[in-house]
Amino acid sequence: MSAATLEARLGQRWRKPPFIRNNLLRWAMAAGVFAYLILAIGSFDVNWARVNEGLVRGWLFIKAFMSPDFLSRSIEIREGMLESVIITITSTVVGVLISIPIGLGAARNIAPLPVYLICRGIITLSRALNEIIVAILMVAIFGFGPLAGFITLSFATIGFLSKLLAEDIEDMDKAQAEAIRATGSSWMQWINYGVQPQVMPRLIGLSMYRLDINFRESAILGLVGAGGIGATLNTAFDRYEFDTAAAILIIIIVTVMVLEYLSGFIRAWVQ
Amino acid sequence: MLKLEKLTKTYPTGDQALRAVDMVVPNGQVLALIGPSGAGKSTLIRCINRLVAPTSGKVILNDLDITALGSGGLRRARRTMGMIFQEYALVERLTVMENVLSGRLGYVGFWRSLTRRYPQSDIDEAFRLLDRVGLLDMADKRADELSGGQRQRVGIARALIQNPELLLVDEPTASLDPKTSRQIMRLICELCRERGLAAVINIHDVALAQMFVQRVVGLKSGEIQFDGAPGEMSEEVLTRIYGEEDWKATIAKAEDEVVA
Amino acid sequence: MGAIMPVSTNTAGKKVWQLRNRNETLTRWFCFLVLVATFMWCWKYISDATTWFFVWDAPNIAADIGSRAFPPRWSYMDKLWGPIWDTLNIATIGTVLALIIAVPVAFLAARNTTPSTLFIRPIALLIIVSTRSINSLIWALLLVAIIGPGTFAGLIAIAIRSIGFCAKLLYEAIEEIDHKQVEAITATGASRMQIMIYAIAPQILPAFAGISVFRWDINIRESTVLGLVGAGGIGLQLQSSLNTLAWPQVTLILTVILVAVVIGEWVSAKVRGAII
Repeated sequence: MSAATLEARLGQRWRKPPFIRNNLLRWAMAAGVFAYLILAIGSFDVNWARVNEGLVRGWLFIKAFMSPDFLSRSIEIREGMLESVIITITSTVVGVLISIPIGLGAARNIAPLPVYLICRGIITLSRALNEIIVAILMVAIFGFGPLAGFITLSFATIGFLSKLLAEDIEDMDKAQAEAIRATGSSWMQWINYGVQPQVMPRLIGLSMYRLDINFRESAILGLVGAGGIGATLNTAFDRYEFDTAAAILIIIIVTVMVLEYLSGFIRAWVQ
Repeated sequence: MLKLEKLTKTYPTGDQALRAVDMVVPNGQVLALIGPSGAGKSTLIRCINRLVAPTSGKVILNDLDITALGSGGLRRARRTMGMIFQEYALVERLTVMENVLSGRLGYVGFWRSLTRRYPQSDIDEAFRLLDRVGLLDMADKRADELSGGQRQRVGIARALIQNPELLLVDEPTASLDPKTSRQIMRLICELCRERGLAAVINIHDVALAQMFVQRVVGLKSGEIQFDGAPGEMSEEVLTRIYGEEDWKATIAKAEDEVVA
Repeated sequence: MGAIMPVSTNTAGKKVWQLRNRNETLTRWFCFLVLVATFMWCWKYISDATTWFFVWDAPNIAADIGSRAFPPRWSYMDKLWGPIWDTLNIATIGTVLALIIAVPVAFLAARNTTPSTLFIRPIALLIIVSTRSINSLIWALLLVAIIGPGTFAGLIAIAIRSIGFCAKLLYEAIEEIDHKQVEAITATGASRMQIMIYAIAPQILPAFAGISVFRWDINIRESTVLGLVGAGGIGLQLQSSLNTLAWPQVTLILTVILVAVVIGEWVSAKVRGAII
């Protein structure tokens, strides 16, 4: 078709070339997707009577958002929030401190192979396990309370931050690092002068971002007894105290917004 | 015929891009708009099809006051004005054919454009134009696979398939090498002649402008400083438009090329 | 006397170079001190709330749990296929539902496409912030309270949580598009909707595909635990196994979850690689 003349093209239909060129494959995929959708949607057994009943309660909840009740459980809310914030701060600090060596170890251009494999293993494990599952295990091992939450989130922070840090180090500008190495520096000096300046701004940005995530996650730890506002929230839902629940959710949303604003500010300031 | 009456544009920042510009472009005339960066060339072109809304003054195209149109009327008016852009402004991720056919968007309905079911006459015209600009074989390539010169040819085909009465051309050669620049300018001017189109070509390369157009308008700080035939351009005129500089080389070179 | 320049004169009259001047050094030390003090205070709080006796006993408990948890009870697998299917559906259909809502929200939130910056954009941003700030488990908790336990509550929870996430990334992509392409399509006399599908959609399509797959991957992870609050999926089995202290089953379920997450990540990486 490369040398098609104008005459051959005139009067011919024109269609956009399809994304998948093979006709059979295209139709098979379309049919497969369609069949899956039917099966999957069919698998949800919806009890419409119950949902209908729920709509009334849903409406009550939305109304509760208009008149949230901060007062009747103010002591529990204050305690829970304080605990959440404390877990967030401590786990972020400890998590960041531990993820720096692990991040260095997981960067293929710096670390020797055995160290690399161990560090990558830790990262994969941490990322694959959902926070709440880790929290359950930690509660089982260390007992109820904020310590379990703190360990959980520190562990999650390590997986998140080390991975991004390692990728960042792997992508860094080789020329700068080589220039420092060429001065005859030791390994520590090399990391300090050749690597750290390149990765530091992003590390701070990511730590702020993780602080934000840790706060959001700390709100659910209480569901399994690992401390924080989640326990209060769970109780509120159990007792159908929607106005208290709404108050807690509003506090969470506002805190997240403030944190996001703050982290954006700090990131802009660092770079 | 395109008529600008006291066309003025003041940006919200306070920059006066155009100061009461009066200009008439008769049918079939190819006009080059020259001037230093920031003189208001781009703004002038964009005020004509109201990509930039003028602050005051009128744009009249064949007795139709474009500045007074509502949104539907403006869309219909835009169909009659083809526009060619600096750095091509093709939709990079669509195919060449889709880019050309997008020139017909003002004529087809929403569903037809969504499903790419254009009338056969549009498709034939698109192929004819692609053949004319020498890209028939590229029809089903993605626009970002083409070279700069090829992309600008697609841009030209997109403007022409609108079946316009006027071409608005914004720095067509700004990112092309000298040879391709000339080819593109030649193509635009040839097509204007073939179809009897008027064109306003906004260009910073004075020599290139002199080579191809029938009339040159010099703009400085939003005001017309010169309006005449390419041959009337002198060192004194260029100094008036651009400021003090040794202009001999520029003009001499242009004359050589015209002779050649 | 505060030294302004990093190079200062010392008492002996010699020029000394320091990385930072004195004020900066002091500020840094002060910030550092505040950080350490805050951390120590927080740590004391946690420490006070902890029964250290249990913590010292933790290695024994962990060893005990570990010894009971192995080997996993493979025969329990028969009962897991149904929940795995539910989990997959919650994640996939939840992502699809979220995208259907997130696309218009993103267009209303992006500065360059919103019909009104003053009125509609804040509403769209509010939707994004509020759905995004709240974890899907909390949404599930809420929905179980409202529409009763089951996969449907999980589906809606995943969908709601994903709206804000997808819409945020998408509207950032919309704000970053090349405006010239939009201008060119506008100049042909295209209508608003046509500009949307010809100039904007092709530019954000790769971002859209990447975001969907990325979120789907996350949703696989999140839907595995929704059952803990009664919102369907494999988490239900996890919850009941934990309640009955059936550790071999817990091990099996955790293994299944791990495998599912790894497969999810692999699929999403493959698909993203194919698109971009």
